[in-house]
Amino acid sequence: MGIISLHELNSPNISDVKPPLLQDALVTKLAEETRDKGILLAKLDDLLTWARTGSMWPMTFGLACCGIEMIHAFMSRYDLDRYGMMPRSSPRQADVMIVAGTVTNKMAPALRLLYDQMPEPRYVISMGSCANGGGYYYYSYSVVRGCDKIIPVDIYIPGCPPSAEALVYGLMQLQRRVRSENANKKVILKT
Amino acid sequence: MFSIEEARKHLSDEIGDKVLEFNIEKDTLVVSVPRIAIAEVLSKLKSSSILKMEQLISICGADYPTEIERFVIVYNLLSLSNNFRLLIKVSTDAVSPVPSVFSIYKAAVWYEREVWDMFGVMFSNNPDMRRILTDYEFEGYPLRKDFPLSGHMEVQYDEKLGKVVYVPVVLEQDYREYDTLSNCEA
Repeated sequence: MGIISLHELNSPNISDVKPPLLQDALVTKLAEETRDKGILLAKLDDLLTWARTGSMWPMTFGLACCGIEMIHAFMSRYDLDRYGMMPRSSPRQADVMIVAGTVTNKMAPALRLLYDQMPEPRYVISMGSCANGGGYYYYSYSVVRGCDKIIPVDIYIPGCPPSAEALVYGLMQLQRRVRSENANKKVILKT
Repeated sequence: MFSIEEARKHLSDEIGDKVLEFNIEKDTLVVSVPRIAIAEVLSKLKSSSILKMEQLISICGADYPTEIERFVIVYNLLSLSNNFRLLIKVSTDAVSPVPSVFSIYKAAVWYEREVWDMFGVMFSNNPDMRRILTDYEFEGYPLRKDFPLSGHMEVQYDEKLGKVVYVPVVLEQDYREYDTLSNCEA
């Protein structure tokens, strides 16, 4: 990767210049043109990642005592709104589903339906022992042994119930994950 | 407000011919009656001007697998005017229905559904005899003593069918008994 001069870009042998170099040159030229004019240049991926991590609206799925800890995380002491996380009651408006509590067999189809109704990209946080793997109710006849039997899970938060800090930490881990998955995304350039 | 002995006397006057047994358990009067007579007994107790059992608090079940009539259904009554509680017991087996009392106490519909769901005891003439707590395709009656702890079926998502399906229970971790008094580690 090297920055080529404008002179080279304008040279008659432009067909010799390879596409990545051409892109660099274009960006450099644009940057020079827009310097000191109040315009910010950024990669679209970075912009999307910034927007995604800065407004993760959770679909709250408070099913048991974990739901109470989730409420704590949203209330004034921890105030998840600072991170742009506002609880939504509709799956259509949500980016991340927080499964907080015991998923029963009767609730399982509803959980899957709501997950299917969320727009992509969507993420799932499994909060607490019951949602992670059945927990205390592992041997029960009416409890799903882990909500990952129903929906794919991105982040597991251990605890019974996890504290509000643990949930906030989990959400920050999810932000990290979103950032890294976009950073690792392979960009295929057509030549 | 009256004492248990007074209540027992009133009960003998009202439904004496129907009573199989009087018991006093933890300061509560427990009356056993025949299954067939339950609607008549509750109707008399509710309309009685002395006892005034206005409320049906709950209907519970109990399973005694060694008995011939293995299920006991307990009607938990409260008289707000008299500040007095009363338990009425009937017994039944897995096939004989108990007469529904929803025409006397409307609350009975859901309570009877719950007993049906948990014990599989039928109530004749209940207008809405469906399961109430367990899921829609549930097998068996969970509070029976012979019901296995982890049930028969569990749910999981089927990628091909695109829906949640029932499959037989497979436990990755077997059930463990803990002996807390043992010197060895569990």
